[in-house]
Amino acid sequence: MYPDPKVVRYITEHLEPVRVHVRDQKDEYKRLSERYNAQWTPTILIVDSDGAERHRIEGFLPTDEFLSQVELGLAKVAFQRQNFAEAERLYRELVEKFPSTDAAPEALYWAGVSKYKGTGDGSALGATAKAFRERYQDTTWAKKASVWG
Amino acid sequence: MATASSMISWSHDLDSALTNARGNQRPILVDFTAAPM
Repeated sequence: MYPDPKVVRYITEHLEPVRVHVRDQKDEYKRLSERYNAQWTPTILIVDSDGAERHRIEGFLPTDEFLSQVELGLAKVAFQRQNFAEAERLYRELVEKFPSTDAAPEALYWAGVSKYKGTGDGSALGATAKAFRERYQDTTWAKKASVWG
Repeated sequence: MATASSMISWSHDLDSALTNARGNQRPILVDFTAAPM
C-alpha cells in the first residue's frame, strides 16, 4: 500500500500519519491498542483531531480499495463535524474516483444523507434511492436507500 | 502490495500528532503495524 506513490501523496496531503509498531514500540503499542481496541495488524484508523476514531481498516488492501477507505474516513470526519457540504463533496469524489470499490456504495448512500442534512432538501434522499436503482443494486446500501423512493 | 515505506514521514507519537492535528484541522491516520521499520 504505502510504497505506491498515489498512497504516499494522498496521505501526505490530507493526514497526519502516525505509526505504532507492535514490537519496536511495545509500551506505546500496548497503550494505544488498548485505547482503540486494535487487536490485529495492520489496523489503520482515521482519527479526528479530538482523538476519536471515525473509521477503521483492518488487513491489507489493494491501492484503490485502501485509498477509497481512507477517503471514506475523511468524509466521516467532515460529517461528524457537521460540515455536510464538505462531507458530501468527499463522498461524491470517492464514488467518482473509485466507482468499483467496496467503499463506493457506502459513499453514495452517505452523500445523499449529507446533502439532506446540509440543505434540508428531502429530494436528496429520493435522488439517492434513484441512483441506487441504476448502480450497486445488490448492496446493503441499496437496500437501506430503497425506503427513500 | 508491501508492508512498509520510508516515503511517508511517520510520526511515532500520537499525542504530538493530535496537537498538530488540532492546529491544522487535519485528521490523523494511525497505523498499527508489524511491518519492518
